[in-house]
This record gives sequence, C-alpha cells and structure tokens, in this order.
Amino acid sequence: MDQPVPPSLIGASVRRREDQRFLTGLGNYTDDFNRHGQTHAYILRSAHPHALIKSISTVAAKKAPGVVAVFTGADMAAAGVGSLPCGWQIHSKDGSPMVEPGHPPLVVDRVRHVGDNVAVVLAETLSQAKDAAELIEVEWQTLPSLSSTADAIKPTAPQVWEQAPGNLCYDWHIGEKEAVDAAFAKAHKVAKIDLVNNRLIPNAMEPRAALGDYDRGTGEHTLITTSQNPHVIRLLMGAYVLQVPESKLRVIAPDVGGGFGSKIYHYAEEAIVTWAAKQIGRPVKWTAERTESFMTDAHGRDHVSHAEMALDEQGHFLALRVATIANMGAYLSTFAPAIPTYLYATLLAGVYKTPVIYAEVKAVFTHTTPVDAYRGAGRPEATFLLERLVDIAADVMGLTPSEIRKRNFIPADAFPYQTPVALQYDSGDYQGSLAQAETAADVAGFAARKAESAKHGKLRGLGYSTYVEACGIAPSAVAGALGARAGLYEVGTIRVHPTGTVTVLTGAHSHGQGHETTFAQVVAQSLGIGIEQVEIVHGDTGQVPFGMGTYGSRSLAVGGSAIMKAIDKIVAKGKKIAAHLLEAAEADIEFQDGKFSVAGTDRAKTFGEIALAAYVPHNYPIETVEPGLDETAFYDPKNFTFPAGVHICEVEIDPETGVTRVEKFTVVDDVGRVINPMIVDGQVHGGVAQGIGQALMENCVYDEVGQLLSGSFMDYCMPRADDLPNFGVSQHTTLCTHNPLGVKGCGEVGAIGSPPAVINAVVDALKPYGIKHFNMPASPQRVWQAINAHSPRMAAE
Amino acid sequence: MYAFAYVKPKTVAEAVSMMKEDGDGKILAGGQTLLPTLKQRLAQPSRLVDLAGLPELKGIKAEGNGVTIGAMARHAEVAHSSVVKSTIPALAALAEGIGDPQVRNRGTLGGSIANHDPAADYPGAVVGLGATVKTNKREIAADDFFTGMFSTALEEDEIVTSVHFPKAEKAAYAKFPNPASRYAVVGVFVAKTASGVRVAVTGAGAGVFRATALEAALDKSFTADALNGIKMPADDLNSDIHASAEYRAHLITVMAKRAVAACA
Repeated sequence: MDQPVPPSLIGASVRRREDQRFLTGLGNYTDDFNRHGQTHAYILRSAHPHALIKSISTVAAKKAPGVVAVFTGADMAAAGVGSLPCGWQIHSKDGSPMVEPGHPPLVVDRVRHVGDNVAVVLAETLSQAKDAAELIEVEWQTLPSLSSTADAIKPTAPQVWEQAPGNLCYDWHIGEKEAVDAAFAKAHKVAKIDLVNNRLIPNAMEPRAALGDYDRGTGEHTLITTSQNPHVIRLLMGAYVLQVPESKLRVIAPDVGGGFGSKIYHYAEEAIVTWAAKQIGRPVKWTAERTESFMTDAHGRDHVSHAEMALDEQGHFLALRVATIANMGAYLSTFAPAIPTYLYATLLAGVYKTPVIYAEVKAVFTHTTPVDAYRGAGRPEATFLLERLVDIAADVMGLTPSEIRKRNFIPADAFPYQTPVALQYDSGDYQGSLAQAETAADVAGFAARKAESAKHGKLRGLGYSTYVEACGIAPSAVAGALGARAGLYEVGTIRVHPTGTVTVLTGAHSHGQGHETTFAQVVAQSLGIGIEQVEIVHGDTGQVPFGMGTYGSRSLAVGGSAIMKAIDKIVAKGKKIAAHLLEAAEADIEFQDGKFSVAGTDRAKTFGEIALAAYVPHNYPIETVEPGLDETAFYDPKNFTFPAGVHICEVEIDPETGVTRVEKFTVVDDVGRVINPMIVDGQVHGGVAQGIGQALMENCVYDEVGQLLSGSFMDYCMPRADDLPNFGVSQHTTLCTHNPLGVKGCGEVGAIGSPPAVINAVVDALKPYGIKHFNMPASPQRVWQAINAHSPRMAAE
Repeated sequence: MYAFAYVKPKTVAEAVSMMKEDGDGKILAGGQTLLPTLKQRLAQPSRLVDLAGLPELKGIKAEGNGVTIGAMARHAEVAHSSVVKSTIPALAALAEGIGDPQVRNRGTLGGSIANHDPAADYPGAVVGLGATVKTNKREIAADDFFTGMFSTALEEDEIVTSVHFPKAEKAAYAKFPNPASRYAVVGVFVAKTASGVRVAVTGAGAGVFRATALEAALDKSFTADALNGIKMPADDLNSDIHASAEYRAHLITVMAKRAVAACA
C-alpha cells in the first residue's frame, strides 16, 4: 500500500528537541553530576601577574577542618604529571619552530598571569576548601610584567619566558613579498590603516566545571567536563599530561551551556581533578566561579595590525600588505598558534580578487590569560581588518563602499577560485548577496532616515561588511603539513536497532547548536523514517567511537558528512539483504523513502523489515553478509567550506553622550544548504549579538602590568537584548560542492561579519567630524572623546 | 562566604541592642550589596541583624506635603506605589530604573542610602528633593546625611527608619548608566521646589552632591537651554575605564538638561 510521501525534513524549522529538557530544568550539566564520596576542589590562584614563589607551605591548610589533601605544582611534578600540550606548531619565517614553553597544571615556581594556578585544596565541602586555601602560605617575589600586545616586542619589555627573547613566540609570514612590493610601486593610490582588534572574554553561560573519578577495581579514570570535544581531551590529557591509555580513560562532556571556542581546550583543572581523584581515592569536583571564568577561560582576539591596500585608477585592488602582532598570553593554549596564522592570514583575500597578498604575523607572550579561538577565531580579525581597509580605500578613491566592493568582488562564474593565500573557494555569489542585502536594508531610503535623525540632533551612519570565512578545517593531511598535531576528520555511527529505530553516534558535540534536532532531521530524511525514531548520542568517549568535536562551524559540514557516509553503508548493506528477501539482483534494488524495492516493480521491503531481518537472520544471505546493521564512517573533508555574506548596519549616535545605537541590522548569508532555518537564524542572531558586543561594548582591559580591570560583569559589558535591534536575516544560497549535504556552516558567520559593519557605520556617522577610523569598542566614552577631539567639518551636513 | 550568626529582631529597639552587643555585627536590609560582598569573602561580619521582620520600617504613606517611605520599602514597592506615583512621579520612575527586577524586589530605600554607594540612584532623590531622613534617634536633613564615599552621618547605633520626601512643583531624574553594570555613571535629579531649584548629582563624584552652578542657572530660568554652555569642573570627579572625570563632568550638564526637559 502506498504511503503519502512525508514532507521533507531537510529545510524544515523543526523545533529543537533538546529544548524540552533545557527549558524545564532537566538538562544534565557537569555541575549536576555528583558521585558518592565526592570531594570539592578549590584552586588557589595567583593575584600577581608575574612572581616567583620563594616558598610555599601547605602545613596549616592540610590541618584545616574537612581538608582531605592539598597539592602544589611540586607535588604534581614529582608524580610525573606532564605539561598541557599545544596542538598546533607554527614555524617562523626562518624555519625555526615556535617557542613552546611548558604549561604545568599547577605552577612549580613562577606565576605568569593573574589567575595562574598555584595549589589545589580538596575538602569535604567547597567552603572548607576555600577556608583552607587562605591558610596556604606563599612567599612571593614579584617581578616586572606587561600586558600590552604592541609593547611586548619592544626591547625594554619585561620578559615572560627566558627562551623567548623579545617575547616572540614566532615570526611567521605568508604570500609573496616581492610581488606585493612591486604592485605597491605601481599603485595609483594606497589606503592605509592601523587598527586594534580588542581582546574579548568569552563568558559562556555555564562556567567551566570538571569532575574526576577513579575506579580502583578496574583502574578506569572518568572525567566529566564542560568540553566541546571529549575525545580530544582524552587524547591530550591521557597521552601528554597523565600518561593514561585511552582504554582506561573515559571523558564525558554532557549537556554543555555554551562554549564559543573557550571549551575546546584542555585546561589544567581537568587534569587536576582526574589526577587528584586517583591520589585520594575519591571523586573530585571543581566548578568555576564567574570570577575564575574571567581570569582563566581562554580569551579571544587581541591583535594590533597595520595594513595597506594598493589601488589602481579604477579602484581595483592590486595588492594587500598586512603586519600583525597577536597576543598569545602567558602560555600557548591548545590551538592558539593556529588562530592568527592559518585561520587569519589565509582569509585576507576576503571576497575580493586581490591578486597578491603578503602578511606577517608576530605572536607574542604577555603576562595575561592565554588567548585562543573564540567564535570565528582569526576570521573575525581578518574580516575586521579587510572590511575597514576597504572602506578606507573607498574613501581614498572617492567611491561608495558599495561600489568599491562590486568592482573587486570575485565574480560568481570564477569558482572554484584560488586565492593568493592558500585557500581555494568552491562556490559563492557575492554580487547576488550584496544586491539582496541592499534591498533588504532599504539602502535607498537611508538618506531620508539620516535627515530625520539629524532633525533630532543625531548622527546616522550606514556600514557594509562583505565577508567570506572558512569552516571545517581540512583536509587532515594539509592541516598536518601546516602544523596541526591532530586529524580533522569526523566520525559517525548509524546503529540500526532490530525494530528499525536508530541511534546515531557522532563525534561532533552540541553545546547549544541543536545537533539533536538537525542531525536527526538529516538521518530521518535519508532513511525515510520518522524523526522520533532517531536518537542522537554525543559527548561520551565511552559510547561514541571517536571524534574531533565541535568548533569552527564544522559539525554539519564534517560531522554530518560522516553520518551521511555511514548511512550510505547502511543502505548498501540493506540492499544486499533486500535483494535476498526479494529474490532479485542487488543491482536492481533501489532505496527511496524508507523502502527497498525492485526497480520497476511494486515489490518492496520497508527499512524496518530489513532491520529485523538483519538481527533475526533466519531468511538471510548469511554466507556473504554479516548479521546486524551498524556502520561507522570516518569522513575527511576534501576542502574547507566557505560561508559568505553581507551585513549592513545602520547606527544612530547621540553626539551629546556618545551613545551609539544599532537601529537596523541586515544579514544576507550563504551558509550552503539550510537543514533547519530556525536553528540557522538562531545561530546567526547569537553571532551578530556577539559581533555587535565586540564592536560597541565588550572589552577585556588589563592595566599596564597585567591586572585584570574588567574582571566581572560590573566592568565587562556583555550585550543585552535591549542593546540590540531586531535583525533582518535571510539567505542567498550557493551549495558547497564537495560535501554530501552541500552545507557550509553557520555557527560563526554572525560574529565574523558583523563587527566591521557596525564600525563602518559608526565611522560613516562620524564623517562630519573628519574621523576616518574607530577602534573597537565604540563605547559611549570613546565616541564622545573622538567627537570632542574633532570639530565638525561639515556641521551643516 | 565566611560563617556568621544570623538574628532577626522584632523591634527597632531590639535591633539596636543586638547591634550594640556585637562589635562586628552588620545590618542586613535588602542585602543587594552586602550579600555579594559576603559571597566574595570581602567582609567577615560576626553576625547579621536582619531588619526584614520590623513592621515599623515598612509602608509608604502620604504625609504632610509629600510621602514618607519606610526604610525597608523595596524599590519595586516604591516604583509601583500609587501614592508615590501621584505625589512624586520622578521618585517612582527612579526606583523603577534601579538595577534589574531581582534587585528591585529585594533592595531597599534604607539600605541604599545607608550604604551610600557613589553610583546609587536614591541619594540623588534624597538630596534632590531635600528629603528628611528619620532614624531611631533623630531626623537628619538630606544635605547633612551623606558625608562621603560609602559614609553617612549615621552613628553606630543608628538605623534609618523612614525617609520623608516633600512634593516638588516639578522633578525628574536622568541617569546615564554604566553600559556594563548599569549603575549610574552620572545621575542628575532636578527638582523645582518652593524654596528654589535643587540639582543633585550622583555617580559622578565620591558621593551625591548638589550642582550649585546649575541650580543658580535654573533658578533664573527653569529651562534646559538655561544650562547651555555651563561646564562643570572635572576636579574630584570619579574616573574609571568607562568614564573619565572630564566625560562625567560633561554628562552632568547633559543629564541635567534632559532632566529639566523631562519636567516639562
């Protein structure tokens, strides 16, 4: 009997299945787990940016009520605990490897940033642990310290590491310097900019937490942790820090309340609780307080750059030259060295056909919290630099921001397009996106809105950002050649149960993205079964075969592709079983809408019937086909994916107070095929909110010597709903050409595209004052100061 | 937080004697400053004397030519009080703009003024309206009550019981919030009273103060334009990563103009 064809799940705004438990308090986050006999860990942290530990005594602390143990860095070192590893090695221009200092989970004799880990107290209650920590006696010798990115390389700067003279971690470059110099020599005009990409503190809603346990009977360690990639933590911590084989180490990343990159990395606390649990024979739990999050979660951005664009008479880009200093903080976080190099400088072509590009990047150590990937990771820095420089170029040439972009876009028929900085874009239509965005943003009506604002004494500005980014770092062999110390494939398992329900095991991890819905849509659609028959499992090395986790907007493009490959294997096997049951040749079996049928006939078996046959193989091709229906696939991408888009921002500035309000924000993205439009919109909304946050509000401020001045929400300004307008979000889609779903990734586009759109709008609004550039954040005080320092040139405008 | 004893007196007199018993005791009103301080282990009182059970400190009533508000009145009660809204709407609006709903449902008038955080809103209204602070011992004029950053005229055994706010001809409060904390970077309370214009500034300095130059200008002409070109001195104003002293000085005039405009 024919069933009506179900409407396609691909492209449907299916409500997020996980939200039921999140919104009713039934989620299980790391801090919700408690184990029998659990102790509580409190970590004594450095208040000094740079100091020697002359002596440390834990005698009094160990005697305090409720204390089970106190450990210092010396204790961990004596036990053979290793250094937190760095997962990416960069080589300098001269071929030498980057300076890679050790990073013990607890320092042995010297702290190098405020918040650095000094000792850990384990007690029956957290309060007792805190009381005892106050009894740890440390004799400090404070040392000179610095926080400034730009000053780090100056000869007089205090040194963070002896082995890194001038605080230089590496001095790297990409592109063709001679060709770029030659192009500049012939340039009609040159646009120049000096800019800062402000340091950000991620602030996921859920603070980091870790619970370590050790089973003396089996010798198995368990770590429950707030991670975006539990298998990576198992590998790094097991192999490099604690020397525990994977077979004896289970890492679980349960429900995780936001990561934005900050939960990719292997942190000291994970190793401390796992190691300490074995030492004391009891579980150890640690949960960060918000103050600790500010001081110890890896920060983001923090670049100081100079850039120049050579232009011909028509405003075509001839060459781009960039010099950047990137702040690594005091230690190298897990993927830190890759961010300002292969995730930054390779994106400097943007959406433009600039023929030659040369970029130099100096990575420096400072006495600050380590810096690593934060939503967008390198690509927001590249986009901000390029999109600001393009607006300066427009100004230099007397062209509109729209016109200079149109003249330089890579045309839609030029794909695949090889950039001069290593990447090959597979698809895109930048002209089409811009046209759609200009209509959606009602650019034509801007002049009237600006005049209306002026009537009320307000300055209105319009800003463009046309961006491209790269997701799903790949292929593994190329990443390896560039310094990655890990593969960048993904793993998917389709486990069909005897009754035809399906459990999907994915190496990707959801910490807010909605994988339990999106991935189920893909699987249900592909197998022709109901979405309620599909369960998505992630975040547990004890269940999921392997995986590299979720970051860089890779989940669907890479993880989804692995699942599609596993589905192909399931269907291939199902065809063999169906051929046997239907007494037909395997080549004649077709699979569609959940049915295996003999081509050209009405003879068919449902997916459920094939599943049952596989597990109850009474009438079965047992000589040639194994029972069961359970397939795993590893997918190594052929290329990155290249989401792109256009953001147009309209701001209104109150010149009396310097307050900037975003009045209108229009997004046209190309994220490839959209599986769930509601979830994509949500990802874009969140990303744009973070991008506007960076542009107008958020700023991590250290004083000169490295004391954190923006160490709480009292001083670190997170964007709130009433700071933001309604966003106009739409898609202009071209498909990815090299993955099975045609998807590109949507997790980071909002945070990548939006900051320059906002700042370009701010600069546009401030044009009457002769202001050409504005570093982020455009906070009220800074805007007022800029206005105050410039007299209006065209007051009547 | 560190361990402490907790007591809940039933009368003001009992509260005072409980405070006297213990040299390191602290009064707990709404706890919106004290509890975070305790959680961060920045204070270690031996006991907390909770005023929440004292009926004498509750209530809002019309009295004389104005309103009398009990020290334990929550910000939300003041914001939603029909008596306050009809007598001094600017005061209700100020209360509605303090913190967030959680803070407004716990924080109290007495706690705010006794703490005298330089970025608090209520001191602006107390001084701006020329209110009278009533304690268990005496009545203190607004101009005498606030003596400096986190300090007041209150003696050790003195508890604020209520505040009487006289009705003004016109009044408004304009606040420029810290973008992060939303405390006042500068808050200006302007009131046109029978005895002249009062302009109280909070957020900008070590504590609330009256901007006499602005008062003089507004006494001549109660219009926003009357304040044009008046530059407030930046000396002694606060300076932090959000606002320099110069910016705060500038904002005093701007916020004062906006408050006057809102009076219209």
